[in-house]
Amino acid sequence: MIKTSGRILAGGLVAAAALASAPAHAGKTLDAIKSRGSVVCGVNTGLAGFSAADSQGNWTGLDVDVCRAIAAAVLGDGNKVKWVPLTAQQRFTALQSGEIDILSRNTTWTLTRDASLGMFFTGTTYYDGQGFMVPVKSKITSAKQLKGATVCVQSGTTTEKNLTDFSRANNLNLKPVVFEKQEAATGAYFSGRCIAFTTDASGLASVRNKEAKDPKEHLILPELISKEPLGPSVRRGDDEWFSIVKWVVFGLIEAEEYDITKANVDKMVAESKDPVVMRIVGTSEDTGKLLGLDKNWMVNAIKATGNYGEIFERNVGPKSALGLPRGLNNLWNKGGIMYAPPVR
Amino acid sequence: MADRRPPKRQPFSWRSRAFRGVIYQIIAIVLIGGAIWYLAHNTLVNMAARGIQSGFDFLSTTAGFDIGETPITYESLDPYWRAFLIGLLNTLRVAVVGIFLSTILGTLLGIGRFSHNAIVRGVCYAYVELFRNVPVLLQLLMWYLLFTDILPPAYEAITLGDIRLSKNGLSIPVPVWGVGHALALAGAVAGGFAAWGYRRWAIRRFEATGQVPKLFLVPLSLVVGGAVIGWLAGGAPMAMSVPVLDGFALTGGMTATPEFMAVLVGLVLYTSAFIAETVRAGIASVSRGQIEAAESLGLSKGRAMRLVILPQALRVIIPPITSQYLNLTKNSSLAVAIGYPDLVSITNTAINQTGRAVECIAIIMAVYLTLSLTTSAIMNWYNKRAAIKER
Repeated sequence: MIKTSGRILAGGLVAAAALASAPAHAGKTLDAIKSRGSVVCGVNTGLAGFSAADSQGNWTGLDVDVCRAIAAAVLGDGNKVKWVPLTAQQRFTALQSGEIDILSRNTTWTLTRDASLGMFFTGTTYYDGQGFMVPVKSKITSAKQLKGATVCVQSGTTTEKNLTDFSRANNLNLKPVVFEKQEAATGAYFSGRCIAFTTDASGLASVRNKEAKDPKEHLILPELISKEPLGPSVRRGDDEWFSIVKWVVFGLIEAEEYDITKANVDKMVAESKDPVVMRIVGTSEDTGKLLGLDKNWMVNAIKATGNYGEIFERNVGPKSALGLPRGLNNLWNKGGIMYAPPVR
Repeated sequence: MADRRPPKRQPFSWRSRAFRGVIYQIIAIVLIGGAIWYLAHNTLVNMAARGIQSGFDFLSTTAGFDIGETPITYESLDPYWRAFLIGLLNTLRVAVVGIFLSTILGTLLGIGRFSHNAIVRGVCYAYVELFRNVPVLLQLLMWYLLFTDILPPAYEAITLGDIRLSKNGLSIPVPVWGVGHALALAGAVAGGFAAWGYRRWAIRRFEATGQVPKLFLVPLSLVVGGAVIGWLAGGAPMAMSVPVLDGFALTGGMTATPEFMAVLVGLVLYTSAFIAETVRAGIASVSRGQIEAAESLGLSKGRAMRLVILPQALRVIIPPITSQYLNLTKNSSLAVAIGYPDLVSITNTAINQTGRAVECIAIIMAVYLTLSLTTSAIMNWYNKRAAIKER
């Protein structure tokens, strides 16, 4: 019941919005999380490398680790997360209606979403761009050769509009075939219904490695047709919670910059005399207090997931199954654009 | 003319039954209205408090996304309401064609259950049991898988003359529309009127003289003849738009995509199983004496079915068949699962581009309600006509 369950959930969420007696008060999210004892995190239903559950129900991925780090910073334990898998279509309603505390589901930061959906993006955890994947035997090597092609795409994404813009700009007359579920869209592509499949380049790599019978038979075209900054978002109206989510991510990036890792964080707490490191691990100033968290909030986060670089390497990096290059997502002083404001 | 005095007025009483009835109705209306107002008001307040923008103003802004199948012209710069209209037309396309085909198939299967041939009976029985007991979503997915997996790619399509069958769908050549075709259409309409007149005349003659009217061949030849005369008068245009492969796309001709075919075939096969059961029940409800009476009059089996049994069976058949038509229309929304751009699919996209979930879901609800009520109204009208007239 692919469709019905989705619609029931969407309908239920709309009903929940209608019945909820009062909007959430500012600052309440953190209190609610503490009394509940868990962070409720909205993730993808299944996108290897970003959020996917294994057969035992353990969630792994970059988006998943962001939630774990936040749970660790807030509650001291990275496992105190309740996962809510969402389709692209359900995600915003789930956040708006208060079903989830954070939406960490490879979601692109755009003006429309930031300004009109009752939510705020807290930052970027993965700089991506939309690309195309085609079968090698189609002999296509550039997206410009796709004239008149049918393209499989998942609904409810920025992808649909980018595809249209690209098609118009290059006079390609692309024909979208729109599916509600990513699995259905990739299924139609692999069956040959569509000449190409389009989504964010990281998603293409994930699909090619996890779903193709032989990854070598599929080519990801060189063109990236859009900017897709992916990151977590929170509901409007709770500035304290917004700050916490924003600064945990910044803290993870800052930790990589100063070489604080999962393995050495205890040693850093005990021995480091570097003033920046001491501020991050809370041995000098109490930065946690300003956010309404414990003094060792970043230590807990780093212990749970490692710093941003470790999260990247483990889930999507060159040595992982996805094998994505670090590229734009490298630190600003190593050729990328990952730049965190100072934790102080 | 004697008694034109106004009826005697009942003295008003707080305890009168009529008064209480009115009060109960007012209370019910106030409660329902209040509940709706509370829900709507609360939703708006909550959405405003969370900074979620609302309203239907987005309908006139540029949609900005392409749609794979467009029965009327549409491009991404058109406004949202036009995108919704495309979705509605795609839904109607499946619903109308689906209702038409499933009625024919269902009726044949239902009659087949009474066949004297055991094989025909068995096949019809097996069909009904198979298709009505497998969930319709699974059937849609199965047909889609069949159409996309088994058919060859567009560049090695199965061809039969100019007809092409491939993963891009079924493409057939269509005549290039011209004056001749407009005249042919006009001729067919004129033939239709002539056929209607003939039918009235033939029935009157049958009632007067007992001469059996030919109510199939003559009207058919009138309509076809009218169309041919119109076509010849327009200079007998022969130009055809032939589907050809241009790059990856088929241009020219008319194409039914695999999504459309899968939705249509899935819904028709599923719904016709239910219609077959309804038709069987209707025929079974006609008393045996009617059949024997028809036989004793010397009517052939086919004529007995057409003239005696089906008209009586229709009284039983029409109300439940209306529900099946409504089900088919509503089930067409399952097409989302296989990528057919119906109303629900377009709305999904619109919700995500605009974030106006409440408004978009309200639109879907209003549209399906209108479609269902319209179908019901038409079928109720037909039911009144078919109902037995007590004389």
